[in-house]
Amino acid sequence: MAIGRRRFIQIGAAGAGAVAASGLATRFWGLDGDPVPDPRTDGDKVVATYCELCFWGCGVLAHVKGGRVTKLTGNPHHPLSNGLLCPRGAGATGLLYDPDRLKRPLLRRGKRGEDVFEEVSWDAALNETAARLEDVAARHGPEAVALFTHGSGGAWFKQFMKAWGSPNVGAPSYAQCRGPREAAFTVTYGTPLGSPEPLDLANARCITLIGSHLGENMHNTQVQELAEAIGKGAGLVVVDPRFSVAASKAKYWLPVKPGTDIALLLAWMNVLVEERLYDAEYVARHTAGFDELKAHVADKTPEWAWAITGLRPELIRASARFIGGARPASLVHPGRHTVWYGDDTQRERAMAILAALLGSWGRRGGYLAQARFPLAPYPLPDGLPHHPGERAKADLPRSGGYPLATEVLANGLCDATQPGHALYDLKAWIVYGCNLVQAMPARQELVEKMQHLDFLVAVDVLPSEICGWADVVLPEATYLERDDDLSAPAYKRPFVAIRQPAVAPMYDSRPGWWIAKELATRVGLAAWFPWKDAQAYVATRLAASGLSHEALAEKGVLLGKVEPTCEEEGLPVSAATDDGKIQLFSKELAALGFEPLPSYHPQEEGAAGTFRLLSGRAPLHTFGRTVNNRLLAEPYPENEVWLNADAARSLPGFELRPLEQGEKVVLVNQDGVRSTPVRAKLTQRIRGDCVYLVHGFGQTARKLSYAYGRGASDSALTSRYKVDPIMGGTGMNVNFVRVERAGEAA
Amino acid sequence: MSSAAKRYAMAVDTRRCVGCNACVIGCKTENALPEGGFRDWIVQEVWGTFPDLAMQIRSERCNHCSETPCVAACPTGASHVADGGAVLVNPAKCTGCKACMAACPYGARYVHPGGHVDKCTFCLHRVARGDDPACVEICPTRSLTFGDTNDPDSAVARLLRARRHEVVRPEAGTEPNVFFLV
Repeated sequence: MAIGRRRFIQIGAAGAGAVAASGLATRFWGLDGDPVPDPRTDGDKVVATYCELCFWGCGVLAHVKGGRVTKLTGNPHHPLSNGLLCPRGAGATGLLYDPDRLKRPLLRRGKRGEDVFEEVSWDAALNETAARLEDVAARHGPEAVALFTHGSGGAWFKQFMKAWGSPNVGAPSYAQCRGPREAAFTVTYGTPLGSPEPLDLANARCITLIGSHLGENMHNTQVQELAEAIGKGAGLVVVDPRFSVAASKAKYWLPVKPGTDIALLLAWMNVLVEERLYDAEYVARHTAGFDELKAHVADKTPEWAWAITGLRPELIRASARFIGGARPASLVHPGRHTVWYGDDTQRERAMAILAALLGSWGRRGGYLAQARFPLAPYPLPDGLPHHPGERAKADLPRSGGYPLATEVLANGLCDATQPGHALYDLKAWIVYGCNLVQAMPARQELVEKMQHLDFLVAVDVLPSEICGWADVVLPEATYLERDDDLSAPAYKRPFVAIRQPAVAPMYDSRPGWWIAKELATRVGLAAWFPWKDAQAYVATRLAASGLSHEALAEKGVLLGKVEPTCEEEGLPVSAATDDGKIQLFSKELAALGFEPLPSYHPQEEGAAGTFRLLSGRAPLHTFGRTVNNRLLAEPYPENEVWLNADAARSLPGFELRPLEQGEKVVLVNQDGVRSTPVRAKLTQRIRGDCVYLVHGFGQTARKLSYAYGRGASDSALTSRYKVDPIMGGTGMNVNFVRVERAGEAA
Repeated sequence: MSSAAKRYAMAVDTRRCVGCNACVIGCKTENALPEGGFRDWIVQEVWGTFPDLAMQIRSERCNHCSETPCVAACPTGASHVADGGAVLVNPAKCTGCKACMAACPYGARYVHPGGHVDKCTFCLHRVARGDDPACVEICPTRSLTFGDTNDPDSAVARLLRARRHEVVRPEAGTEPNVFFLV
């Protein structure tokens, strides 16, 4: 190749390298060198901690330079991150440096919900909170105070509630999320799955996802393992009305009619049983009720399911054979956000039973045993002062119900503010880190319930929607600015991880441990918080556990003993049920008056011209918690409503001017609730009978200056919900919307 | 000079990639990119009609082409070919005239608020000390493999021998060095 002009200039530049290296530009381009650009974002200090952009809890390394966090990388020692991060974990600086953060404590000045506040001192805010809580306790008993909590800092407020004497501690992550799954696995296997789930995706030969959209739903370790499985040639079976990212990687995509999953699951079981593809030896040894199951699915043929699900019998058979052929390393993923239709425990039961037929419980490539890292609790002194609260939790209606709820129902705690609904009324809420406005269905009802409260205090990092409804708002420091309790969830590889601040709290924000301790002190319960600070608390726990605080602070995580996790590693298959067998047929459910084997019952359909509203996740966002994070919002600033492109051509009201790609529309649900304007994504990637929104957008909090007004909220359109009679979960995929062009009157 | 023999390249496994954007955010923070500036991005390409569909997900960036229309178009010598064939912009020499942006078939460049054109550097500052580029290091699906294709034992060379791969817009004649495993 001939030497061109530029090459010639480069040669000239090499001679001038000394000038460029000394930092002096010659102002004569040809003589300047071309240094390798170095953004110099490596930290002067690197702090190991665990992430809180979602609730998975990956180990991260925070790079700190000149007092600022420059970037986050994965902690290679942490078994949940393995050195790799999802975008949210990498984008935590967008939260830390969010200009809209809560900066000082706030006291309500307008009417509740008007979002008018005055900045006050911590003393004033905490004194007010303490006085109002004590007033509620004096008049209604300590149990009239409820705590909603999501996130690691919530542990300090749970401690407060223990001292305070109220059992009303709940999180929407149960009855508005994984609750039905936990109930179903408890019925079937004697144990809930918890988070992180003990799944062996990496070694599965077949992974079946039912409505779960891993890859868009970005639980780091699970996505890592999904990719590893794909890399090793595992096949995916994806059941989803939408051609999800996972569906695009699947061997079989089953675009099921929404609400008919149970029929498909029964048909799959029919094929497995009829064609003897199930693990007969495993079923005989480890399960109870196979004969009943066999009789139950005998007539649930793929042809029967065809008319219900819209899936061709050949597709149902072929996918069933593929699923059966990969056993026992054939993993039916249990899902996570499972509150869809109000019969969700039964659908999860069908999935749990299918997993048992495949012999995947307790086997490699299936469901593994998990263990907790052994840690000593903080040794609290005896005889601590205690409020006299003795009443049971108030999350159930007076008539009772939901016998298999394994955790407190957040929706039940909301209902209990309605006078006379529960055994006693709730009069005050402490809301830690969860935006109930987006988490709960039936927003209008929620707003009315909140008006019955004597007092609502919100502890948050951002001025989220729920803060607008509070009487006092307490600004918490972000996870990068605070210590917290140790993280040691049950997992297939036990571990303990430490939370430690990378930088000091900005503005006048304070860590959760400090807020809870100060509050306790003001109500005479300081003895319940004997530690100087969270670091001292953690140090005491570690010392009592015989662990080195220094080593943990340095590495961020310590790994527990490697124990066998499946039969292949020498651990016998077992179930924690009464008789030690996997309950295919559930006598427990039968005794409670529920169907002992899952059956398909048709869901209510929407009116002509309406679409069933479905929702899910985008990988850059954790509910509404990240939509104001500029860094994460840049590639995904607002959600779109997914609408089948062919269905869009025959939309009522669009006859004269068809809906165009990206045009803004308003969704109107069956009760007349209207969404904020949202762009239409006309796509072949979804069935024609439903629309899809990524959850978390359509924020109504004006103080979230970036996110306010962007996209539409599925939860605002979820004015109806169907409660699961077994465990009380709120099925939310039961709303139907019509599409209107934005700006046009109804 | 041994570095002259290097040919840096990247393999992007479209089967593993879920399009999560971790590479994008990892790049933005590693390189302290300004708001609105991206050196890499996700493309989802969909074929077919419901229910017979296919989709390819690609983490795209500058292709660090062997034939460089951007360098040819640059009037000041700011765009240049650096170590290992990586295409860089020297901000000190760049006037922000955007000739390179017009010449690039891939839209891989943007104007930095500092007035110069900015683009992927293959994180040469990290590569120089033996690390992978930030996008490669963070990727939760391990879809990205960086290395020297002139080294037959490198992971990227092995992958390119083992797996069918394609480049974006081969008809542009730019001979990209970012390969998409299909």
